[in-house]
Amino acid sequence: MALDKNQIAKRIAQEVKDGYYVNLGIGIPTLVANYVRTDISVEFQSENGVLGMGPFPFEGEEDADIINAGKQTITTLPGASFFDSAFSFGMIRAQKVDLTILGAMEVSENGDIANWKIPGKMVKGMGGAMDLVASAENIIVAMMHVNKAGESKILKKCSLPLTGVGCVKKVVTELAVLEVTPKGFKLLERAPGVSVQDIIKATEAELIIEGEIPEMKID
Amino acid sequence: MISRKVNNVQEALDGIQDGMTIMLGGFGLCGIPENSIAELVRKNVTNLTCISNNAGVDDFGLGLLLQKRQIKKMISSYVGENAEFERQMLSGELEVELTPQGTLAEKCRAAQAGIPAFFTPAGYGTEVAEGKEVREFNGKMHVLEYAFKADFSIVKAWKGDEAGNLIFKGTARNFNAPMAGAAKITIAEVEELVPAGTLDPNEIHIPGIMVNHIFQGEKFEKRIEQRTVRQRS
Repeated sequence: MALDKNQIAKRIAQEVKDGYYVNLGIGIPTLVANYVRTDISVEFQSENGVLGMGPFPFEGEEDADIINAGKQTITTLPGASFFDSAFSFGMIRAQKVDLTILGAMEVSENGDIANWKIPGKMVKGMGGAMDLVASAENIIVAMMHVNKAGESKILKKCSLPLTGVGCVKKVVTELAVLEVTPKGFKLLERAPGVSVQDIIKATEAELIIEGEIPEMKID
Repeated sequence: MISRKVNNVQEALDGIQDGMTIMLGGFGLCGIPENSIAELVRKNVTNLTCISNNAGVDDFGLGLLLQKRQIKKMISSYVGENAEFERQMLSGELEVELTPQGTLAEKCRAAQAGIPAFFTPAGYGTEVAEGKEVREFNGKMHVLEYAFKADFSIVKAWKGDEAGNLIFKGTARNFNAPMAGAAKITIAEVEELVPAGTLDPNEIHIPGIMVNHIFQGEKFEKRIEQRTVRQRS
């Protein structure tokens, strides 16, 4: 069975380690916060200028002055801090943030990512994504393996305008966990009940497949 | 004490004219100078180049200026919440320069700090870097970006005093802090304007030297773009 969005988030949450400062993009990445182990210490950064983000506020306690980069009302946890946007991207460029999780329209086998523009059709802008992918050491992409037209988003070469080059380290989709290696995509895990053959069929890029590919562990 | 206080938004925005470049603080609708935007609409200045991370929504924030076609060019990082913006951009009526958010913030900060240009890795290898000087530092490629040059900067703060000192609240600090003092003239609208000596100098985020005109906004709607809540269990 292919994973749903929450299960993708659950699998990615396993990559979040004790002591990590983490930046979560909009969409599936935001869900990751719900599944991080509670026995470890993690702080979430939002690039508009907050570190130590907490859950959404209770109804009636929303504050227009406290939002995340998705413009959603949020709360802060003990130890949180606010700062301006220049400072925020300073800490991103200086690699103080340990892990960046974001969505994508396409990822290529050399780690390029495209997620900000479909020429002539959709131009929303890159927001902070270009800064994040250009600077972060550890980038995980959360995305669906194929687009709505059934075409693979895991490619030899991106067809859309790039957000960053050679930066993605890992991709988690509803079908698989892939690692970007110097030789291309390596298949690390498959979704429960999904065969290696299913994954190959849904992937335009070549996959490096070594030995038995284990199933993802998602409770 | 040098007073930076003006009586109202009309006085504060007095020098803004057609064709000028204006920075506006805020992220989404959070911390936008809404009283000044309303005055820009009323003054009907046109052909503006606006530097702002976002372009508001259709009926609030910079969306109000877009509706009246007062903006010739937008320099932003993310404009996805505004259908009218997207329409004007795709039809070519509106000139748009999309800039990575951290680069946008740093172009403000550089202007504020008297730094003419800087190198950043953001955008290297993408269309954002096309035609720009690139250079390798520590084994990594960087793109040369220049400080903004703007006529006016309009920021919004939570509290301010007559000396022009500013304190922001929460994530409304966003682009307001790096834009203060980043243009020839900076206007600050604040929710609460107090006499000099009231605010603790230790708590000031932006010193008054960066602000030319400060006024207390008449009313703040502080609209929430994405109201997200959790259930009480």
